[in-house]
Amino acid sequence: MAVLMDFSIPLIWFSESVLCVIILAVIRRVVLLTVVTLLLSACAASSTSTEEPATAHYSIQNVGSDTMVNLALAWAEAFQDEHPDTRIAVTGGGSGTGFAALINGTIDIANASRQIKKEEIDRAEANKITPVEHVVARDAIAVIVHPSNSVERLTLAQISDIYTGKITNWKLVGGEDRPIVLLSRESNSGTHVFFLEQVIRLGDSKSKALFAPDTLLLPSSEGIMAETQQNPNAIGYDGLGYVTPAVKKIAVARDAKGPFVLPGIESVNNKTYPIARDLYMYTVGRPTGQIAKYLEWITNPAGQKIVAELGFVPIDSSK
Amino acid sequence: MTNKPARRKTHHIGEVVAETLIRTSGLSTIAFILLIFAFLAREGVPAFFEVKASVLFGTRWYPTEGFFGLWPLILGSILVTVGAAVLAVPTGLLAAVFVAEVSPRWLREIVKPVIEVLAGIPSVVLGFLGMLMLSPLVRQVFNAPTGLTAFSGSLVLAYMALPTIISVAEDALDSVPRAYRDAALALGATRWQTIWRVTVPAARSGILTAMMLGIGRAIGETMAVMMVTGNAARMPLTLDSLMRPVRTMTATIAAEMGEVAQGSTHFHVLFAVGIILFVITFLVNLAASLAIFQQARRAERLLS
Repeated sequence: MAVLMDFSIPLIWFSESVLCVIILAVIRRVVLLTVVTLLLSACAASSTSTEEPATAHYSIQNVGSDTMVNLALAWAEAFQDEHPDTRIAVTGGGSGTGFAALINGTIDIANASRQIKKEEIDRAEANKITPVEHVVARDAIAVIVHPSNSVERLTLAQISDIYTGKITNWKLVGGEDRPIVLLSRESNSGTHVFFLEQVIRLGDSKSKALFAPDTLLLPSSEGIMAETQQNPNAIGYDGLGYVTPAVKKIAVARDAKGPFVLPGIESVNNKTYPIARDLYMYTVGRPTGQIAKYLEWITNPAGQKIVAELGFVPIDSSK
Repeated sequence: MTNKPARRKTHHIGEVVAETLIRTSGLSTIAFILLIFAFLAREGVPAFFEVKASVLFGTRWYPTEGFFGLWPLILGSILVTVGAAVLAVPTGLLAAVFVAEVSPRWLREIVKPVIEVLAGIPSVVLGFLGMLMLSPLVRQVFNAPTGLTAFSGSLVLAYMALPTIISVAEDALDSVPRAYRDAALALGATRWQTIWRVTVPAARSGILTAMMLGIGRAIGETMAVMMVTGNAARMPLTLDSLMRPVRTMTATIAAEMGEVAQGSTHFHVLFAVGIILFVITFLVNLAASLAIFQQARRAERLLS
């Protein structure tokens, strides 16, 4: 009898990890179907109810970059205060997650801290979706270390050598005799991809350099901050808006001649800080209706004021 | 068989309905597991055709650039799970023996519910504690470069597996008939001899189940592991690997599933990782079931 009982165990073992993935996949499919049906019915509804726009309710699904999630939430809240008829649902997950959802047709706006890749455009077009890019803010990526670390400044080449595993001890870049622990976001993060292309590969599109296999891939910005705060060996990077005062920012230069610059709104605007990027929102085709209104509001002073408040860099002043 | 249902239908329609319901829900378990396996195979098997075997069984995992080496993930999972088992099985077993056989009644009434409460702590909470409190401690005590290591993962998993191991093993020990102990004591055995030579061996199959359930929780655990092991896809082959970060199969699936497009090579490889996880757990489980089966047969021979 005991033997018979024990054969039921595989199901229990099996449940957590694999089942989770399957359920996710199934849910994704179901969500896709539901959203498509909802969109269709919404289209039908909007074409019939044009006479009473005052009572209409707009719902915008906004998914993507974790770097931008706080910014997107702040925008959504402020916009909803001004337009009570609009509901904006914001979710993080990473730029790749946002693009995947955009390609699968489940959302209206994808937030991204990197540009869409060629393969992603191809896959979107296979699904009859044309992603349209909008620059909504700018951001600096700060390279951070433990406050007790004596290293103050690094060149891009040094950071690249550190992250590819060529330099493994702090004493080689002017610090103490300590091993270097590399921290990075997961590969679905736009910050990860941007850092790989612009810092590790130094902007060279032919370079095949990769993160060293020893790189710790942490699932969140908070994880990177927590580890950098308590580990004197650590080096990490993250969007400026997420860097807490408990870690030390490194002054970065394009090459050994300098100048070495700390990240900040001013150094991003005058282009002296080398690791800066645009932040994007992608829509399904040219935005219309409430989505167009929302994006216009974001790029106007009202939206850009929030950008500066959250530690990012507004787009208008960067021109 | 043919006329039985007809007779029941006339007398006990409710009984037939209940019986069908129970049978359907019982059989549906089997149907579900078959469907899961079919789904896994459909999504995962293409990976073995799309990716060259030399790449798939390489040592570098960097899927966004086409490196699909599974070895670091497989070895990472095995290292963390074995570490957790080594920590949790002896301690869990000893704790169960203490609760079931040694502790006074009043203490047992306190310890048992507390252990069961432990089992209910969400894994994210344990992962969070592990990340903020355990990992700095591990780094300082073992002088490791970082505290986010395979060992921290094993510690958290061992902690998660313990309540399961203790309460199932304790139930097994508890269900050993009183007569066994009385007989041993009557033959002049001491209390310890009774526990280690009679009670524990008699509860062996239940204890083995407890261990398997505990380890099963460990190998399938995702969230806490993802938060404390550092997720670096390196090959854990050197002696100090226990004190270095690793990336497990479950953490990889959880971290990357949200990002991939359906039908891409990366998507299929993640399902292939799921298949490998399934095969490993199935083999371990089969081995344990066979061990129990043989013990049961031996016990029957002894009794007859």
